Amino acid sequence: MNTNYIIMGIIVMALTTYIIRVTPMVVFRKKITNVYVKSFLYYVPYAVLSAMTFPAIFTSTGSTVSATAGCVAAVVLAYFKKGLLTVAVGAAAVVFAVQMLGF
Amino acid sequence: MKKDFLEGIKDGIPICLGYFSVSIAFGLTVAMAGVPVWAAVFISLSNLTSAGQFAGTQLLIAGGTMLELALTTAVINIRYFLMSLSVSQKVESGMKLWQRFAVSFGITDEIFAVSMGRKCDLTASYMAGLIITPVIGWTGGTFLGATATSFMPEKLADAMGIALYGMFIAIIVPAAKEAKNVLFAVILAIVASVIFTYAPVVSALSSGWAIIIITILVSAVAAWLFPVESEENSEEKEGE
Repeated sequence: MNTNYIIMGIIVMALTTYIIRVTPMVVFRKKITNVYVKSFLYYVPYAVLSAMTFPAIFTSTGSTVSATAGCVAAVVLAYFKKGLLTVAVGAAAVVFAVQMLGF
Repeated sequence: MKKDFLEGIKDGIPICLGYFSVSIAFGLTVAMAGVPVWAAVFISLSNLTSAGQFAGTQLLIAGGTMLELALTTAVINIRYFLMSLSVSQKVESGMKLWQRFAVSFGITDEIFAVSMGRKCDLTASYMAGLIITPVIGWTGGTFLGATATSFMPEKLADAMGIALYGMFIAIIVPAAKEAKNVLFAVILAIVASVIFTYAPVVSALSSGWAIIIITILVSAVAAWLFPVESEENSEEKEGE
C-alpha cells in the first residue's frame, strides 16, 4: 500500500463522515416548532439505539450464552436506574464470569 | 462554563472506557492486516466512528476506489444525519457557528445517546468535555492495539464487546419503563431490527441502511400515534 493512497483514502472517509454530521447542525439552527417533527425527533434516539442493540448484542461476545446473560444483567441493572458505567461494566463482568464457567 | 465542561468529561468517561477496548481490537486487527500504526491512529482520530471506519479500512486494505470508500462510509454513517438533527434541536440557542462546526465532529452513537439523556440544553462547554474524553480513549486504544500485538486475554476482550451495548440499554430501559409511548417505539424497533437481520430479501440490506429505515419508520409511526405535546414529556428520558 502506498502512503499517498492511504492518506487520500482516509481523507475521503473522514470528509464523507463529517459532511453527514455537520449538515443538519448548520442547516437547522432554529428550534423546530412543528409538533409532528418534534415528536419524530423525540423518538429517534430510542429507535436508533434499540435497532442497533438488538439482535446485534447476542453476537457481541464469544458465545450466545454469555451474551444473553450479559444482556439480561444489563436490562436488570438499567431497570433499577443504575448509571451508564455500572450497566456497561456489570454486563461485561457477567459475560466474563459466564465465559470463565466454560460457556 | 467550567462546571459544564467537567460534567461533560465525567459523562464521557464510560464512553471512553467502552471505546478503549473496542479501539484496541480495531488497532490490533488493522495492524495485523498491514496498515501502518500512524495510519490506524489517523483513521481513528479523523473518523471517530466504529462500523464506518472498520468497513472503510477493510476497503482500503483491499485497494478499493475513492468512490467506493465514500459510498460505503456514507451508507454506514448516514444515521449520524438523524442524530445530528436531534442534537441541533437540543443545543443552547446562543451556540456560535464555529461551535456548531466543532460539536458536529463528535456526534457518535454513544455521544449522541448521552447528550440526549442530559436534562438541560447542551452547551458548547459540556459537549467539548463529552467529546474530548471519548476521542482520547478511541485514539489511545487504537495506538495501543496497533503497537502491542496482544496483551488483553481473549476472554476479557470478548467480555468487553458487550460494554457499548450495555450503555445503550442503560439509556433505553429507564425511559421505556417511565413512558409507555417510548416502550412502544423500543419494541417496534427491536421487532423491525430482528426482521431486517434474519428475514429473506431485506436481510440483504447493509446494517447501515437497515438502521436508517427502521429509525425513520418507527419514529414516524410513534410520532403519528403518540405525538409528544410538551417539553415536560421529554424530561423522562434520562441517561443517568
